[in-house]
Amino acid sequence: MTPKRPWLAWLIVALGALLLIAPFYFTFVFATRPRTEIYSSPPPLWFGLSARSNLALLLERLPYWRNLGMSLYVAAMTTALNLLLCSLAGYAFAVYEFRGKNALFALVLGSMMLPSFLNMIPSFMVLDFLGWLDRPRGLYVPAAAGALGIFMMRQYIASAIPRDLIDAARMDGCGEFRVFRSIVLPLLGPALGTLGLITFITSWNNFVAPLVVMHSVENYTLPLALRSMQVPNNTEWGALMMGSAIAMLPLLVAYFFSARRLVAGLTSGAVKS
Amino acid sequence: MDATTPAALVAARKRRPLRARDVAPYVFVSPFFILFAVFGLFPLLFSAWLAVHEWDPAEGLKAMHFVGLENFRFVLTDPWFHRAVGNTLWLSVATALPQHLVALPLAAFVHEKIRRGRDLVVGAYFVPYITSSVAIALIFSTLLSRDYGAVNALLAELTRVPLLGSFMPDHPIDWLGDAHYAKPTVAFVVFWRYLGWNTVLYLSALQTISPELNEAATLDGASPVRRFFHVTVPLLRPMIYFAVTLSIIGSLQLFEEPFILVDIEQGVSQSVMTLAIFMYRLAFGEGDFGAASAVSWLVFALIVALAWLNARLFGREGRGE
Repeated sequence: MTPKRPWLAWLIVALGALLLIAPFYFTFVFATRPRTEIYSSPPPLWFGLSARSNLALLLERLPYWRNLGMSLYVAAMTTALNLLLCSLAGYAFAVYEFRGKNALFALVLGSMMLPSFLNMIPSFMVLDFLGWLDRPRGLYVPAAAGALGIFMMRQYIASAIPRDLIDAARMDGCGEFRVFRSIVLPLLGPALGTLGLITFITSWNNFVAPLVVMHSVENYTLPLALRSMQVPNNTEWGALMMGSAIAMLPLLVAYFFSARRLVAGLTSGAVKS
Repeated sequence: MDATTPAALVAARKRRPLRARDVAPYVFVSPFFILFAVFGLFPLLFSAWLAVHEWDPAEGLKAMHFVGLENFRFVLTDPWFHRAVGNTLWLSVATALPQHLVALPLAAFVHEKIRRGRDLVVGAYFVPYITSSVAIALIFSTLLSRDYGAVNALLAELTRVPLLGSFMPDHPIDWLGDAHYAKPTVAFVVFWRYLGWNTVLYLSALQTISPELNEAATLDGASPVRRFFHVTVPLLRPMIYFAVTLSIIGSLQLFEEPFILVDIEQGVSQSVMTLAIFMYRLAFGEGDFGAASAVSWLVFALIVALAWLNARLFGREGRGE
């Protein structure tokens, strides 16, 4: 069946897409405009010349590069830990037969259903007890092994890794961890890529956890730092939009190159269940 | 030793040395369970404990007094709590309902009419979902500003258009500073953010439906609208159930958008104070961890109740299976 009026379909859907993209466009336009121009009538629709002065103002108000580094560090640690721990657990659930396996896997899935918000206060207290408040480990350790990641890796390993390969490696005298590290892990490339991106994006954008854990401005991640610049009646919008644009850019670029895989990965849990 | 008698076999199996292969899976899954125990399960139990205690965190763990259901009584009789429940339910309906009412036909439309460039369209609709909620809230508070925001500028331009102009407001609207508008504005931003996510969920479910069903319906002379309601929607029922469940869980915990869009110091923030914000302020603003834990359990009960209702409406039971 061929669509009868493709241009009409396109027009409607493109208008919707435009509405969804417009705020991003304005973020980048405003990042190059001084505050006085952003709040003029009509508002600027095209890029201006103030990118440099906005950046200078941003760096004056915030330890922005440090905040960026903190976001990068937390996201990188969270991602690395998740790639290792989720693929290891996913491998165990996909390949081994062991007592309690089904119950344990049900627990993994069940943990996804718990509202994260229920845990906010007590996990804050646990982190306080451990002395991890205001430290990056207070953000990346609790998030080091996501249930969704384990589920994704299990699905992938079960469908993509031939059991014979694992048995053959064992025959050759490989230890259990060695089989995983040298035989299985190298074959997980695509799944690790998707999981890595999802984890990185989630960590990079996370607002609530850093809000509870991080207390000093030098340790703020980007979302917290940007929010702290918003003060009633005297917000430097140009500088703030510059900070926002820099924070969004790496994700938008990564997304541009991997959108199809990323969208498929994010919705895979939903579609298969 | 005679290894052929049944008794000897059983004994041999019992005494079989533990192989690496038997231990390995437990070792491999243990990091998740250790982390879950420390940062998931223990906090959960601890928050139930907290909810029945009165406690001043400044005095350390020893200063905890058992108060039974006093925290729940305190919260349930607090007019602010009632307000937060009302706001949360209002926002949940105002964000979730349009999300699904738009995403479902949109997905069906894209699925049927758009072949080439579908990835581009889907990609564009999905961008808000992968962007930081703070960045989104910041740009919206600029665009929606009363005096010089782009939205009000556009509305002012439209007043000059004949016919359409008479429907436009004659004075700039304070989208985020006026209690009448703050709630719908926050709802719109949340709707905007999750529309793409829901559309993608429905699109991926549509792809698993065999195209013959729709072709057969077309041959029988069914109009696109009839096909949507009589073929597509019934087949998507499991996905509708799943997506609505996600929306319920998410919207009852709504925190970031209202928290960032509307300044907490402003009076108007009362009209978008959700249960999550109420709990956050109880705990970290007033230091009342006991009452805040009671709130979190009440929210949990609310989520379970609504998820149950949803299961009755759209889940397996609803389908009579």
